[in-house]
Amino acid sequence: MIKLNNIHKSYVMGNNSLHVLKGIDLHIEQGDFVSIMGSSGSGKSTLLNILGMLDNYDNGTYHLSGNLISNMSETKAAKYRNDLVGFVFQSFNLISFKNAMENVALPLYYKGVPRKKRNQIALEYLEKLGLKDWANHMPNEMSGGQKQRVAIARALISNPKIILADEPTGALDTATSYEVMEILKQVNDSGITVIIVTHEHDIAAMTRQIIRLKDGRIHEIIRNGELKQFQKSYMKELETA
Amino acid sequence: MFDLDLWSEIISALKKNRMRSFMTAFGVFWGIFMLIVMSGAGKALENGVLDGVRAFATNSAFFWTERTSVPYEGFQRGRRWNYETSDMDYIRDNVKEVEYLSPRLFGNQQAGNNTIRGERAGAFNVYGDYPDYFKIDRWTPIQGRLINDIDMIQERKVCNIGERVVEVMFGKDENPIGQYLKVSGVYFQVVGVIHAETRINIGGGKKEETIIIPFSTMRKAYNYGNRVYFFSVTSKPGTKVSDLEEKLKTILKDRHKVAPEDQQAIGSFNIEKEFVKFNALFIGIQALTWIVGIGTLLAGVIGVSNIMLVIIKERTQEIGIQRAIGATPATVIKHIVAESVFLTVMAGYIGLSLGVGVLEILNQILLKGGDKLFFRNPEINLTMALSALAVLVVSGIIAGLIPAKRAVSIKPIDAIRDE
Repeated sequence: MIKLNNIHKSYVMGNNSLHVLKGIDLHIEQGDFVSIMGSSGSGKSTLLNILGMLDNYDNGTYHLSGNLISNMSETKAAKYRNDLVGFVFQSFNLISFKNAMENVALPLYYKGVPRKKRNQIALEYLEKLGLKDWANHMPNEMSGGQKQRVAIARALISNPKIILADEPTGALDTATSYEVMEILKQVNDSGITVIIVTHEHDIAAMTRQIIRLKDGRIHEIIRNGELKQFQKSYMKELETA
Repeated sequence: MFDLDLWSEIISALKKNRMRSFMTAFGVFWGIFMLIVMSGAGKALENGVLDGVRAFATNSAFFWTERTSVPYEGFQRGRRWNYETSDMDYIRDNVKEVEYLSPRLFGNQQAGNNTIRGERAGAFNVYGDYPDYFKIDRWTPIQGRLINDIDMIQERKVCNIGERVVEVMFGKDENPIGQYLKVSGVYFQVVGVIHAETRINIGGGKKEETIIIPFSTMRKAYNYGNRVYFFSVTSKPGTKVSDLEEKLKTILKDRHKVAPEDQQAIGSFNIEKEFVKFNALFIGIQALTWIVGIGTLLAGVIGVSNIMLVIIKERTQEIGIQRAIGATPATVIKHIVAESVFLTVMAGYIGLSLGVGVLEILNQILLKGGDKLFFRNPEINLTMALSALAVLVVSGIIAGLIPAKRAVSIKPIDAIRDE
């Protein structure tokens, strides 16, 4: 599904070059539920953006669903994003002057689906996420959790193969965070690959695979069976902190 | 295809910044408004002036005499001289390019009130003219008739008078036709009240204050002998009046022992030359109108472009999100350009309508002013309005395209991160 081979990425700022990713090799199967962890500056967001074709990489190869993703035109990248990927952001990033239903329907608008049809589909997705009564509300009339659910509905509506979530619970309280994670779990159960970036251990622990980045390299990969182990070390980290 | 989302996006974006949208639109509005009003006003001046000369034969030239400036054949410089009736006969017989020839005598103008009728008196411009004069500088009889060839041959004491002469010399209910006026001591019967079709004025004074009597009558009645003070000619079709003017000058200089190189002795001008000047003037006015109008419009368009840049800067994140969820660069550009064109065209359309409205009001006011105004029928033609509209659409596209390109050039991820 996702195959990364020796991915390098550096940011050039004036005379300084910041080498963020120093050779990432990664293999993610269809249906995986993965979290990417790491301290700030470890390159986790950059990695996610490269996965989502929002950013390009300098060296290496990236295959998504068998297609080599490299140096694509913006138009082609937009099409891939629309077809394969759904995004969920920390700050929700809903369009402020569109109501919940219109926000959810937006990806279909770019696909050229007629208005009535896409609004109907949007309503179905909102219903799935328990927000049917909020369809005509504007984003500023909703709580953080509701906004994030609208964002998830928007990510799901184009039937993507992957959901990429950058700190999806970063702006939410614990209870709401768990609700959102529960939804993402259900999404994953339906066969969609879910990749989240987080720095919260409890959130990461709800995924089936944790990739820990350190200084632009993969530090360790903790798989399902080792999660209990991870939780223990996480408790230790908390105690020492 | 009507795209509701596109339009709802445009409207909401403009609504969010009412004041700014208004100010921007005002720039374009003002540009197009000025262009229309100035162009209309320029056209009005052109109409006014050209209407005043249109009835004048454009192939006409006029001659009078001045003092000589070069000594020649025993004569000193500074000699006063006149044309003679024999010159006129010579020209008629020998210069084939001449179509009409109309010599003129000036009546006594220095004597204060030169015209008397009972207890009424007035000072008017008195001319002795040939009937051909009416073919060069057009007059229409309001009452009665124009002076004709029989008046000339029989040397009748008749006259044509202008409207102002009627006002001064006759009561409100009086019919001037058939009445007599005493002009410089001689009685003339009024046979026609005439109205000048042109406002080109030869010999000074207002055209309404003119009294015209037959040339032959004037010569005999006031003892002018064979002198001719002034004459007008028109050239036959196919001959340039400027060429004719030069040819006649050479002949006249030769006949009166005036040095061929004397530039001052013969005073003349031709309407053709004046027309060329007029035309150049109006082309100049129109060009200036466009330059200033386009300049103002350009300032407005730059304003729109600027505002679009700001709007796009504010909406960078939003555009980033849209692109993250699948909007292609083409879609983004389409939205921004549509917004810009909408703003420009709306503002331009209002400017266009208001400009035309102002011209119409001006027209109504001017119509009341009668035909003495050198300013009439302000108008704007359809081609002009349409080309202004085309300029607007094109400039709207350009104004939108620059910021749109910029918006697309930012990587989506940078756009989303933008706070």
